[in-house]
Amino acid sequence: MPLGPLPAAVPPSWYLTLSAILFALGVLGFLLRRNIITVFMSIELMLNAVNLSFVTFSYVLKRNDGHIFSFFVMVVAAAEAAVGLAIILTVFKNRQTLEIDEVSTLKN
Amino acid sequence: MIFAAIAVICGISLVVQTHPISSALSLVGVMGALAALYLLLGGEFIAAAQLVVYAGAIMVLFVFVIMLLNAGTEKKMTVKPLGKYLGAPFLLLFFGMIAYMIQRILPASSPVIFGAFQGGTAEEIGRSLFTVYLLPFEVTSVLILIAILGAIVLARKEVD
Repeated sequence: MPLGPLPAAVPPSWYLTLSAILFALGVLGFLLRRNIITVFMSIELMLNAVNLSFVTFSYVLKRNDGHIFSFFVMVVAAAEAAVGLAIILTVFKNRQTLEIDEVSTLKN
Repeated sequence: MIFAAIAVICGISLVVQTHPISSALSLVGVMGALAALYLLLGGEFIAAAQLVVYAGAIMVLFVFVIMLLNAGTEKKMTVKPLGKYLGAPFLLLFFGMIAYMIQRILPASSPVIFGAFQGGTAEEIGRSLFTVYLLPFEVTSVLILIAILGAIVLARKEVD
């Protein structure tokens, strides 16, 4: 599909660039946001960005090991989401807050 | 290209939105765009798994917890004027640098053509999963079991 000056098919390095940008956005959200659920979603964004580079390298090298690996990343992310959200539920039940700055008992 | 633009826009929206539900919907947009990109790169199975596992199951879990906890808009964080005016340009500069460095380091290669790589079908993935990667695959099932038990133990009501 021709889209003006933008090329429709791009080399793999563009996919890696997109992956790096998404990962940077995930780090940004992880550091800047104060809501614990949004922080958690930023982590998922980072995992997704890494998956994209796995699949891209898999395409470049013409092997499907990258696909297997990103499949395992998905499985681990699912397990992590289940446990993490259970922890968030428990924290909310004990403290009635979702702000990460207010959950700082370990600090001193 | 289009899907990359969708992914980046939704990613920015995820970080910028103040309400968790908006962030969650942006994340669904990112995952949908990424699934399309996986399909372009020849990963049919991974694209389907992305849609089912990530955009389906995990995001439903997120939205469910947001609804359950009645999460509201988070407090505005105080931004210094320096960060307010220089933040966006520096971010763009940073992304430009990333793009430039990746283009410099990698050798020039031919564009990605849909259908050029056939190793990502469910058949091929399944064959690798059950021969070369059999042990990690089985260990994963133990991991999932532990995660289920952990989630139940953490989230149940205290009974004693």
